[in-house]
Amino acid sequence: MPKFEPVLLARINRPNSTSLETYRQDGGYGRLKEILSTDPVEVINVVKDAGLRGRGGAGFPCGVKWTFLPKDHPGPIYLCVNADESEPGTFNNRILMEKDPHQLIEGIMIACHAIRSNNAYLYLRYEYGTSYRVLSAAVKECYAAGLLGKNILGTGFNLDIVLHRGAGAYICGEETGLIESLEGKRAWPRIKPPFPAIEGLFRKPTIVNNVETLCCVTQILRRGGDWFKSIGVPPEAGNLRDPGSYGPKLYCVSGHVNNPCCVELPLGVTARELIEEHAGGVWKGRKAKAVVPGGISMGFLSDKELDTKLDFAGPGKVGCLGLGTAAVVVVDDHTNMVDVLYNCCRFMSHESCGQCTPCREGTNWMTRILERIRTGQGKIEDLNLLTEVAGSMGIIPGTTICGLSDGAAWPVKNAISKFRGDFEEYINSGRSTVTSAQKLMAAH
Amino acid sequence: MSVLSEELRERILAEFPKYPNKRAVTLPALHIVHDSMRCVSVGAIEEIAELLELHPSEVHDTMTFYNFFKDEKHALGRHRIWVCRSISCALRGGEELLEQLAHRYGVHPGQTTPDGKFTLEFAECLGACEGAPCILVNDECHMNMTEQSTKELIDRI
Repeated sequence: MPKFEPVLLARINRPNSTSLETYRQDGGYGRLKEILSTDPVEVINVVKDAGLRGRGGAGFPCGVKWTFLPKDHPGPIYLCVNADESEPGTFNNRILMEKDPHQLIEGIMIACHAIRSNNAYLYLRYEYGTSYRVLSAAVKECYAAGLLGKNILGTGFNLDIVLHRGAGAYICGEETGLIESLEGKRAWPRIKPPFPAIEGLFRKPTIVNNVETLCCVTQILRRGGDWFKSIGVPPEAGNLRDPGSYGPKLYCVSGHVNNPCCVELPLGVTARELIEEHAGGVWKGRKAKAVVPGGISMGFLSDKELDTKLDFAGPGKVGCLGLGTAAVVVVDDHTNMVDVLYNCCRFMSHESCGQCTPCREGTNWMTRILERIRTGQGKIEDLNLLTEVAGSMGIIPGTTICGLSDGAAWPVKNAISKFRGDFEEYINSGRSTVTSAQKLMAAH
Repeated sequence: MSVLSEELRERILAEFPKYPNKRAVTLPALHIVHDSMRCVSVGAIEEIAELLELHPSEVHDTMTFYNFFKDEKHALGRHRIWVCRSISCALRGGEELLEQLAHRYGVHPGQTTPDGKFTLEFAECLGACEGAPCILVNDECHMNMTEQSTKELIDRI
């Protein structure tokens, strides 16, 4: 396969990549005036026909989402940029914001024109301080250059972008949790419907799009939908429900590899290719035992599933929840899955917002059952108990408002079904791998 | 006497034009106060609520949802150091780094050094997994950290 030339990451190593001047030198904002003068419906059609699916985790077709807005609404209509990237293993939005902020801002402008919005709120997780400073400077440059504010480039289009910093809560990445948080409340996801496109931020029609999705929008409008569709994986023949997996994707590879990295490749690369060709292989000459395909909430691939294509459909075919954020975390064969799963469950228990009982209690009890196993007090029946709890929580069994719970259940389901031997051996041995560092954290 | 200085009030008021209602200024206001005062006291909550035309319990409710904000009993040191403990960092020694720092400086996670220099905490995924283990000093991320490189960093701040 010929080497893929990055597009979304093309500029990140360029000197002064964050400045408006270099962005313009590289063709940035070059077609903006023309795009802002195009009928918004045409812009939506370009994005829809390109087959762009949301990069934040759910993979919903972006252009289709935009058409859900009510027609002829008097406004205001809002765009929320989801920059609350918090799924463990995921860091591609951070790189896009820190290294090429104008690519994102151009995408925000195009999206706002398409959905007839004059107000964009960029919800940025607090931990991304560098992103905040880089984006603040870039937004300021845009106002000074007449690219934001009133009557942009003489087209009559007005747009303001507000940067809004979060306060360290994973649930704010859920789009209605994000909206509640922006409104100044606890980030409790809303019951849907109504979906945000009908009633979102400040009770007005709202579109929530991920950072990488909006960067794709910039490139689609610059290079054309056909370019986008020439990359990636077309829909499965005969499967009318598969919209395909088109375009480039930023894959994050971390954990037990020699060169953890973020790499841009056509959708559909396999986990094995990512590990061996891009991340320098598993560290210390070891083998992979398990691989997270797209953030921990998607579950695990076993060592026999490494040739799974990481497109939107691939991980689901081997029992994972989906592609998620395409954050690949590699676990080597010297590591016990009991310890890995405990880390995942502890995270979800910490980050459950507490609104729905099955999630609040389920994440907590799964963590406590794993704690018991890890102190050597586990019983084989605990594995069925874990599976039962995991099976009872989430949107899929219909017991919770949002998908955090499905994402908390999935690693448990996958770990116990795919690595049952690890768990049985651990319990039967009666040993404990609780570390002093973990005791220190638990004590506080 | 008011808890919030005139300068802090001005900075909160400057946020109002960005939003269609005052309640949306809750998080920005909490950040402004918390950054400056190293906690948000009950008195500060009351004054923020007055500015935002909310009941203090509404501000308190939002504030306590986000573990990020500290009340006056748990005020932060001059700096805040977070050590990531989520999966990518934990696989590469993040938890052990936290323990080493806790021992070196004689504080538990959540506590502040006796000289008030910094508060040590664990964090969930900081989004810098390519540089695991990573830490956050205030809101600046540092990657591929060891006990030694963290000590040198702390010496410099």
